[in-house]
Amino acid sequence: MKLLSFAFLLIGFFLMMFFNYSTDILYTSYKTVKSQSQSKALKESIKRGNIVYSDFCVSCHLPNGSGVNKIYPPLANSDYLEANRDASIKGLKFGLKGKIKVNGIEYNKYMPPMGLSAEEIADVMNYTNHSWGNTFGKIVTVAEVSEIK
Amino acid sequence: MYYKLVSLILTIKLSSMKNLNLLLIISFISIVACAQKHKSIIIADDPKTIDYTTEVVVNELDIPWGFVFLPDGSMLITEKSGELIHYNAGVKTKIKGLPEVYLRGQGGLMDIELHPNYRENGWLYITYSSSDGEGEGGNTTLIRAQLIGTKLTSVERLYKAEPNSKRGQHFGSRIEFDKDGYLYFSIGDRGNRDVNPQDITRDCGKIYRLNDDGSIPNDNPFLDFPGAKTAIYSYGHRNPQGMICHPDTGEIWVHEHGPRGGDEINRIKKGGNFGWPLISYGINYSGTSFTDDTDLPGMEQPLFYWVPSIAPSGMAYITSDMYKDWKNNLLIGSLKFEYIERLVLENNKVVKREKILEGMGRVRNVRQGIDGYVYASLEGVGIVKIIPNK
Repeated sequence: MKLLSFAFLLIGFFLMMFFNYSTDILYTSYKTVKSQSQSKALKESIKRGNIVYSDFCVSCHLPNGSGVNKIYPPLANSDYLEANRDASIKGLKFGLKGKIKVNGIEYNKYMPPMGLSAEEIADVMNYTNHSWGNTFGKIVTVAEVSEIK
Repeated sequence: MYYKLVSLILTIKLSSMKNLNLLLIISFISIVACAQKHKSIIIADDPKTIDYTTEVVVNELDIPWGFVFLPDGSMLITEKSGELIHYNAGVKTKIKGLPEVYLRGQGGLMDIELHPNYRENGWLYITYSSSDGEGEGGNTTLIRAQLIGTKLTSVERLYKAEPNSKRGQHFGSRIEFDKDGYLYFSIGDRGNRDVNPQDITRDCGKIYRLNDDGSIPNDNPFLDFPGAKTAIYSYGHRNPQGMICHPDTGEIWVHEHGPRGGDEINRIKKGGNFGWPLISYGINYSGTSFTDDTDLPGMEQPLFYWVPSIAPSGMAYITSDMYKDWKNNLLIGSLKFEYIERLVLENNKVVKREKILEGMGRVRNVRQGIDGYVYASLEGVGIVKIIPNK
C-alpha cells in the first residue's frame, strides 16, 4: 500500500512539473501575442525596465510585484499605481514620504530616491505598468519624466 | 504557483484515493512546497514582559545610516542622502566639507566611526559611495577627517573600491576598530555575486583591514598573492552591514544580508573564505536555487544564519549592566521586520532570540552609548533611546 501511495505521489510530482511547464509556455505565448499589439518602443522600454526593477526595486516589492503586506505596498494590481501616474514618477525621482493608501491598506514608509536617470524611471514605470497583469495607461516617456518637478 | 498546483493535484488525488496515507501527503507537501530547505533552528520570540520605555532623542531623520557619540555627549549622524548632522542638546547642525556622495540604490553616505584615541587625535572615519575614478557609476570609499567647528577638515581618502558600477546593490559598509588599533570595514559584492566575492584580486564582497592612516598592515593575509588587493582580510561575503569587536576576545564579528534567507553572523578570520555565493543557506529572490551547498571544505561556517531573512543592519554587543538579562547579548537591527533582535549567546552559539522595539520603524543601526544606554536609529523616526524600567 505504501509503495502504491508513493507511486501516486511520484506521478503527481511529474504531473505538477508538466502543468507548471505548460502554463509557462501558455503564459509566454500569451505575452507574445499581447505585446505584438503594443508599440515597439514600449516593448523595448519594458525590457530595459525589467533590468532596472531587478536591480533597484525587487528586494522590497518582490519579483511578482506583490510587496510585503503592510510594509512595502504592492505594484501588481495596485490601484495607487494605476491612479497616480505623476505621483509615482515623482516618488521615483525625489522619494516618497507620508501616508498612501494602496488597495485599501495604509502605508506610511519612506521610499528613498534611487538615483535613477529619467530614462531609467520611464523604463521601470513602463515595466511596472505592464507586468503581472497590469495594463496601466500609455507609454511613459523620458520627456514626461523630465517635466515632473 | 507551486503551492496552488500542489494543492490542486492533492485535491484531485484525495478525492479519488480515499485510502491514501495522509502522513505521506503531508511530508510530500513539505518536501515539494517548502522552497526554503534550511530554517533557523531558533526562532525570534515575542518578549514575555517589556521592561523598558523608549524616548526619541533625535527626531525627523529619513535614513540615519550611522551615528556615533562624541566625548562631550553630542552625536554625529549620517543620513544616507548625503548629510552629516551634528546633534547637540536639541540642535541639529549640518556639517560641511564632506566629499561629493554618489547617490544610487543602496549607496550614499553610510557609516561613521571614531578613532579609539579620538580625544587625542580627533580622527573620524566615514564610508560613502563615490563616483571618483574611471568608469560610470560608483563604489564604496573610506575617508578620515577631523571636525573643526561645523566643518570637516584634513579629509584624507584611505580606500576607494574599484571598479565603479552603476548597480544599486551591496555597498557594505560598517567600520570598526579592534583592540590593537587596526581598522576594519566591509564592502558588499556590488550586485556582482559571480565575479567579485571569490576573487581576491578584485574589490567587493570583502572585509578589509588597514592601519589607522590607511596603510596596509604588514601581516595582512594576501600580501604575497599575485595581483591581490592587499587590504583584504577575509572574502566571500555578500553584504555585511553590521560589525563589532568582541569585547572579551577582540575578534571582529560581522553580520551580512543573505538573498532570500541566509542572512549570517560570521566570526571574521584572517584570510578566511566565507563562501558566498558557493555556499549559502538562502535562495534567489525569485525562489530558484543558485547553490545546493551549505558547507564546503576550506570555507567558514556562520555562527548563526537566519531563514527567513530579517535584513540585518547594525549590531551592538551589550556590556552595560543597566538592562536586566541583556549583558553579553548581541542586539541586531532588522530592516525587514522593524525590530531589534536580542540574541543570547552560549559558547558562541545563539540559544535565544527575542524581539525588542517592535513596530517603531525600520532599524538601521544600534549602538551602546558611552552612557551605557542602548540607542537605535530608525528610518523616518530618528534616534531612539531605550530606557530600562527601575
